[in-house]
Amino acid sequence: MAEKILMKGNEAIAYGAIRYGCDGYFGYPITPQSEVMETLMAEKPWETTGMVVLQAESETSSINMLYGGACTGKKVMTSSSSPGISLMCEGMSYLAGAELPCLIVNVMRGGPGLGTIQPSQSDYFQCVKGGGHGDYKMIVLAPASAQDMYDFVDKAFELAFKYRTPAMILSDGVIGQMMEKVELRPIKPRRTAEEIDAQCEWACTGRKSGRKKHMITSLALEAPVQEAANIRLQEKYKEIEEKEALFATYRTEDAEYLLVAFGSMSRLSESVVDLARENGIKMGLLRPITLFPYPKQALESLIPQLKSIASVELNSGQMVEDIRLIVNGRVPVYHFGRMGGMIPSPEEIYEAFVKTINR
Amino acid sequence: MDINDIIKPENKVYSKSPLLTDNIMHYCPGCTHGVVHKILAEVIGEMGIQDKTIGISPVGCAVLAYNYIDIDWEQAAHGRAPALATAAKRLNPDKYVFTYQGDGDLASIGTAEIIHACNRGENIVVIFINNAIYGMTGGQMAPTTLLGQVTATTPYGRKAELNGFPLKITELVAQLEGTCFVTRQSAQNPAAVRKAKKAVRKAFENSMMNKGTSFVEFVGTCNSGWKMTPVKANQWMEENMFPFYPLGDIKDR
Repeated sequence: MAEKILMKGNEAIAYGAIRYGCDGYFGYPITPQSEVMETLMAEKPWETTGMVVLQAESETSSINMLYGGACTGKKVMTSSSSPGISLMCEGMSYLAGAELPCLIVNVMRGGPGLGTIQPSQSDYFQCVKGGGHGDYKMIVLAPASAQDMYDFVDKAFELAFKYRTPAMILSDGVIGQMMEKVELRPIKPRRTAEEIDAQCEWACTGRKSGRKKHMITSLALEAPVQEAANIRLQEKYKEIEEKEALFATYRTEDAEYLLVAFGSMSRLSESVVDLARENGIKMGLLRPITLFPYPKQALESLIPQLKSIASVELNSGQMVEDIRLIVNGRVPVYHFGRMGGMIPSPEEIYEAFVKTINR
Repeated sequence: MDINDIIKPENKVYSKSPLLTDNIMHYCPGCTHGVVHKILAEVIGEMGIQDKTIGISPVGCAVLAYNYIDIDWEQAAHGRAPALATAAKRLNPDKYVFTYQGDGDLASIGTAEIIHACNRGENIVVIFINNAIYGMTGGQMAPTTLLGQVTATTPYGRKAELNGFPLKITELVAQLEGTCFVTRQSAQNPAAVRKAKKAVRKAFENSMMNKGTSFVEFVGTCNSGWKMTPVKANQWMEENMFPFYPLGDIKDR
């Protein structure tokens, strides 16, 4: 039987990085995710797998270290929390523009500004829609457990390299700080230089004799060239939307009412569904696992059986806008959320839901 | 008829480095960038390290450096080249990694990145072009603009009380434990070019010796931004820039 260890979600990120063949981690401390780099430093992976771990001078520098390492075809990652992610948005735009694979972990806390160190999901717009300047998207995975934190490190790298695009694990302070049993999956060793050359024919690994130089840039001064680059990006995002959407459902078979929630709120919403069922209400839950690509088809297929939908989020109502775009007025769509680091109880959400029925 | 028919091989005294591409440079005639590119291409070629060198280009006039030197290039966001170089070198310690940055890129928006890369003693080479002005955006004040110097954003000349003082970033990084070789060079005549080339070569050699960061400043001209002829710009540089930014090695260990 596979080994299971009790650990925090943040620690699971660190162990996932080491065991899934990550080449380099570059980060800057910020609550509530500092355990990621602390765990990496304590584990000293440079002595075992050869993984580089570096504390940078800022989040700005961290994300640009990702850019520098990703250009050489390496598996590079960083982690931060909301204010730090804001600083990284410039770099994320460049990474997307230069089509570089990497992993960014955001353990969200409440904002705006310095906000609170308590959990939040209020970076949904920022991270799912892009964050930095220009037309781009990142692949965004939303973990709901410490096990997800561990597993999604591998999944995110797989997708990032498959599509040459940055991927994000969009977590929150609940998932980052909560301790759970995590099954350690089989180790994937770091790729060899030959494997990197084979996988990343575009990488800057030194111009070998006979091949053309590799230039990695997001710059295209001529408008037609930049438009072509934009069109290529959009085609890539379309392909990602068609192929890579992930979701989970809970008791939706006969559901008349649907909750939609991601990350920590999907865990809590399962209890709301159970509570509703105990009261004779046929409720189900759709949990988007990928936020980009959004599981549009999964939601679409449920709409005919539904009387209403409620989006449960730790924010003022962000994902609910995406749900409304998909639903397009066919059934009422409500939002329930708390902000600023407050977490609702299942009863509180259930009562809010009941009010929508009695409207 | 090709060049070998015109010039007999035995009479040839100079040829362009094969690492310099045939792309027509976008730099203005008289600009220092072209000469420094030539020095870099020659050093990399003479050391035979073109297959294990990664260049990091900045934002500024030299953003397109990757068009001219036939090696692998990463193009950085404004000021972030030392962060890119840090990761590229740490993840690929068998490679020679250098940044190529102007004064706005390195000494203004990228101050944190250059200070900390140098302070960590990253085994990289930094080529710093100081022409005391923002060239690409049309001649605005740079952190290294001299007091009294007229630019698009200091139309009456740089005043300390309004614009602060010119920044001697090279002296600053020389104080850091992480730097091993810090030097200020120029490239306005053959003697200066020969001297600078030696400095650049030493910097590249250092990067495989685990000694720390090598930092080579070039005091250069931006005759378009300065609104001078190339000859006048060189003269102005010698008379005004060199006294404030004195040439020579500041640190070598």
